[in-house]
Amino acid sequence: MHELAITEQILNVVLNHAKRSNVKKIVSISLRIGEVSDLEDEWIQHYFSYLAKKSPAAKAKLKIERVPVVMSCNECEHRFQIDVKEMKEIQCPKCGGKKHSLVSGKEYYIENMEVN
Amino acid sequence: MENVRLIEIKEDIMSDNKVHADEIRADLKQKKTYLINLMSSPGAGKTTFILKTIEAINKRIKVGVIEADIDSKVDAEKIAAAGIDAIQLRTGGFCHLDANMVAKGLEAMDISALDLIIIENVGNLVCPAEFDTGATKNVMILSVPEGDDKPLKYPLMFTVSDVMIIHKTDYLTVSDFNVDLAKERALSLNPKIRIFEISSKTGDGSQEFADWLVKDVQKNIQQ
Repeated sequence: MHELAITEQILNVVLNHAKRSNVKKIVSISLRIGEVSDLEDEWIQHYFSYLAKKSPAAKAKLKIERVPVVMSCNECEHRFQIDVKEMKEIQCPKCGGKKHSLVSGKEYYIENMEVN
Repeated sequence: MENVRLIEIKEDIMSDNKVHADEIRADLKQKKTYLINLMSSPGAGKTTFILKTIEAINKRIKVGVIEADIDSKVDAEKIAAAGIDAIQLRTGGFCHLDANMVAKGLEAMDISALDLIIIENVGNLVCPAEFDTGATKNVMILSVPEGDDKPLKYPLMFTVSDVMIIHKTDYLTVSDFNVDLAKERALSLNPKIRIFEISSKTGDGSQEFADWLVKDVQKNIQQ
C-alpha cells in the first residue's frame, strides 16, 4: 500500500525537474531501488501511470534497477550479498559470524529521466 | 522519439520525508521530549504494551500517546480511559505514518509538558519500516504467536528498529517459538538492536523495560 506514497513522491520530483527544464514529455525515468523494499516493479509502474495521467509523465516508462542487499560482518568486516526473497539464517561466508549490519539495499533513488 | 535528451536528477525519493523527520527530531530535542515510534503487526499487543509500560513507569516521567489508525479510534479510547493524554491520528487509508503526519499529531499535543510521547504506528511490518517519523527511538514488537521467522520475512523492520520486544511470552509454553533463534535472527540483521522479553498480561519483563526507558528518557532530558 505504500507504493502509492512512494510513487507519488517520484512523480513530484520528476515533475519539478520537468517544469524547471520546460519539458513537454517524459519518456522514461531511471530508478534505483534497494532489494529490501517489498515494492514490485509492476505495481510501481501501475500506480505511477495512474497518478501521472494528464501530466507530462503520463506515458513515462519506469526503468527500475535493483540494488542488491549487502551486509557487513561485525566480526571480520567481510561484505557479502544476501537474497531477501530466499531468506535463510544469515551467516558470514568468510568467518561464520552471526551479527551483521546492512550496508546497501535500502535505496530509493531517481537517477535521471529521458525527455523530449 | 526524436530529440530525446537526458536530464540528471540524482535525488533520493525519501529525502523530503527525511528532512521533515530531522526537523521533528531537532524540535523535540530542544523541547527535551523523547519520541518512540512503536511498530508491529496487527494484534501483537501494541496498545496493551503501552498501557502496561506506562503503569510500570509509575509517573516517574510525563507520558503522552499518539494513536495512529487507518480509520478507527478504539485504541485511543482505551488509552484515554486509563487517564493518559492521548490523541487520535487517522491516516485516512494510509498503511503507515510519515514525518508530516507525525508533525500534525505533535501539533495537537502540549509537547513541552511531556517527557515521552509514544506513537502507536499502523499495525503492519512492511510500510512503517520505510518511513522515518522523526522518532528518537524505533521500537518494534514481535509477539510469540506470530512466529520466530519474522526477521527473515520482514528484514527491513528489524534493520531500522533500535529495540525489539518479544511480546506475549506467556504463550511460550504452548508455542514452538524459539526465543534464542528469534534473537539470533534479529541480531544477524542489526547487531545494535536491544531486546526485551515481555508479557504485558502477566507483567513479566514490563518493569525492566520501563526502568530502561525512564533512564534513557532522563538521559535525553539532561542532554
